[in-house]
Amino acid sequence: MRPDDLKYSREHEWVRIEGGEAVIGITDFAADELGDIVFLELPEAGQMVLAGEPLGTIETVKAVEELYSPLSGEVIESNPDLSEQPEKVNADPYGDGWMVRVRIAELDENELMDAAAYGEMVDG
Amino acid sequence: MTNLQRTALTAWHAENGAKLVEFAGYSMPLQYEGVVAEHRAVRRACGVFDVSHMAELRVTGSDARAEVNRLITNDVSKLEPGHAVYTALCNDAGMVLDDLLVYALADDDFMIVANACNRAKVTSWFAERLGTGASLRDESDETALVALQGPRSLDVLRAWPRLLSSTRAVEALEYYSCQRLQLDDMPLLLSRTGYTGEWGYELYLPAAHALALWEELLAAGASCGLKPCGLGARDTLRLEAGFSLYGHELDEDVTPFESGIGWVVRLRKGDFIGRDALLAQKEAGIPRRTIALGLSGRNIARQGARVLHEGAAVGVVTSGSFSPTLQHGIALARVSDRAAEARLQVDIRGKLADVEIQKPPFVPNRTRGES
Repeated sequence: MRPDDLKYSREHEWVRIEGGEAVIGITDFAADELGDIVFLELPEAGQMVLAGEPLGTIETVKAVEELYSPLSGEVIESNPDLSEQPEKVNADPYGDGWMVRVRIAELDENELMDAAAYGEMVDG
Repeated sequence: MTNLQRTALTAWHAENGAKLVEFAGYSMPLQYEGVVAEHRAVRRACGVFDVSHMAELRVTGSDARAEVNRLITNDVSKLEPGHAVYTALCNDAGMVLDDLLVYALADDDFMIVANACNRAKVTSWFAERLGTGASLRDESDETALVALQGPRSLDVLRAWPRLLSSTRAVEALEYYSCQRLQLDDMPLLLSRTGYTGEWGYELYLPAAHALALWEELLAAGASCGLKPCGLGARDTLRLEAGFSLYGHELDEDVTPFESGIGWVVRLRKGDFIGRDALLAQKEAGIPRRTIALGLSGRNIARQGARVLHEGAAVGVVTSGSFSPTLQHGIALARVSDRAAEARLQVDIRGKLADVEIQKPPFVPNRTRGES
């Protein structure tokens, strides 16, 4: 279920490293816990993001949650489909539900987990 | 969640994938499949909700009618047995202690349905004020309440084998009326009421029969698209319908006139608790209004968000969510009377969003069928 080629954060984001770029989304666990996502506020291209700092907000019917950046860098683009179809995050968190593509400035891989370690954290 | 109260259906909810949350001291289902899917089921077909946490109080005796009428703002002096009214319960200052359904079961037998969070307060309010000709009993713990809501609700009841011999009585049931039925071993009070803005029913019965009712309804409704629904969908449905909720639009700091339920105040019915204060407020001018706001996008102005007019705070959002039907943010807000027709904005975590004042309900009311 959880792709092996991704890195996972304690805040339930996933990161796919593609050369000098990283694609960021939230995990299936996070999507299920949040429930129906109805609105996302994601950064614009050119914006600088810092590891551990808010990258955007996720609104569900019941609550609003911060999305934290697992790395530092410059935003290349946010997923344009999510403004009209945020439910794609619930339906396909590792695919069509990706959120932000960032040009990596700094990434501490020691802060991230592989799929097995993340699975142990959330599934026990 | 060890100290939480359970309903007769809590175990069923847990076994059937519900996400359970604390609500008014009870462990209650927030959702099963998802809030949006359950919301859509009720708008398009039907859903069942366990709302057994609601409080049921019984007032009986020769003075029951007059005594209840003296405590509530609406008028039950001519309410015929088998009918119900929605009302506010106010204190002497005219502030809202709770909103209630009052059923006349007989000329000397009234059932009061109160919010779970206000059960103790409402019970003692009644107990301390009822005269000797009326007695009070709190039947909440032994009473279950299941709401069947949505345009196909009647189809579900028609397909429910236990109800077959009473189908005609059910079909004749008007909005805000009720019927006591004995279905084999199951005593049932079937009421054409609800909190979703759709055609629907609320079913009161002894808690010991709740699981049988729940499973029989789900089986009867399977071909109608009936789904179990949680409190999450109940809240988005009531908000789209423009209905007030205690702890949001209603509390002890507002009068019914300020909270969108002024129509339940019958100043001419004779004396009742809160009447003098409410009359005085009406004559002096009602300082605040509850209004409906639509956002242009999917962003949500939640409870507590400030409402602004030309940069100045004029009120506060009392309920806000995403409307699954309209696909944009909707809210109810309490604003100063002068601002109730102005150009308004809401402050969503520091960002100002334009809002449009709308006439509630946000979604057409279909409690009496297609409009």
